[in-house]
Amino acid sequence: MDRKDFINGAKDSIAIVVGYFSVSFTFGIAAARAGISPLTATLMSLANVTSAGQFAGLNLIVAQSSYIEMILTQLVINLRYALMSLSLSQRLDSGATTPKRMLIAFANTDEIFAVSSVRPERVSPSYMAGLEIFPVISWASGTLFGAIANGLLPVSVSSALGIALYGMFVAIVMPVARVRRNVTFAVIIGAALSAAFYYLPVLNSVSAGFRIIICTIAASALAAWLFPVPDPNRGDQE
Amino acid sequence: MKIYSYIILMAVTTYLIRMLPLTLFQKPIKSRFINSFLYYVPYTCLTVMTIPAIFYSTGSPISAVIGFFVAVALGLRGKSLPVVAAAACAAVFIAERLI
Repeated sequence: MDRKDFINGAKDSIAIVVGYFSVSFTFGIAAARAGISPLTATLMSLANVTSAGQFAGLNLIVAQSSYIEMILTQLVINLRYALMSLSLSQRLDSGATTPKRMLIAFANTDEIFAVSSVRPERVSPSYMAGLEIFPVISWASGTLFGAIANGLLPVSVSSALGIALYGMFVAIVMPVARVRRNVTFAVIIGAALSAAFYYLPVLNSVSAGFRIIICTIAASALAAWLFPVPDPNRGDQE
Repeated sequence: MKIYSYIILMAVTTYLIRMLPLTLFQKPIKSRFINSFLYYVPYTCLTVMTIPAIFYSTGSPISAVIGFFVAVALGLRGKSLPVVAAAACAAVFIAERLI
């Protein structure tokens, strides 16, 4: 375990820790309202570490849906993680053995992936450990507090906190999109496609999970075809 | 208890999705196209998750649009993640008091 890498990872996770607490807090409230005990809700967060998947799962539990439906829903909503894991897989350094990769995979969330992917150099398992452990704790404890505090948070505050994670995404994408025209292009295509799939008739019948997968693949493939990158694994090439 | 069966199924499905690509594709990928594709994935994926969901993440689309523009403005100036996230929340909070 490289201590410096671990601390760097932990530092980079601060925004995620804060963001996760507020989101999982709202998940805890939702779970409590659905009649799930605080400890069971916490277990759910600890075992899954995925916001959209858990909110969808909660609905299926309330509706007493079939197990197949539960598996398919998780598969569709969370299939984007396969793309992220594939991307992360290429950026881990040589210290990442298979058992370590199996541990890192557990908490490869949108935000963890996002932060790790903008590191200029390859990332080590120690860095990933530092980056992942505190958000997971935050995710689980936020759920617990939310389930216990069910309803105590003023609506005005929870409404404002709703934008926190998206603000973080914007902060990750914008600086890079500003200086690299190829990324600007990819981002604009991605946004346009996603809006089209959200608002246009027929296209908007595609579920949120598939929309993310389709638009991510289409925008990335188009950008890769028009603007191939010299050696992406070297990190940020200027 | 049925709820624990649900939780286990959710957790196993989600974990396998994350774990298999990380363990099965360990060797460096040679294809320039695939490498370029994977280089763009973080940016496109985050954008797709943000647009248009961010506009419905708060109490009203108006406050969300204000929060979005605050985040974009600060993001373009290269402010750190917690600063941008906090400023977007603050902008939404203030906007909703004024509307």
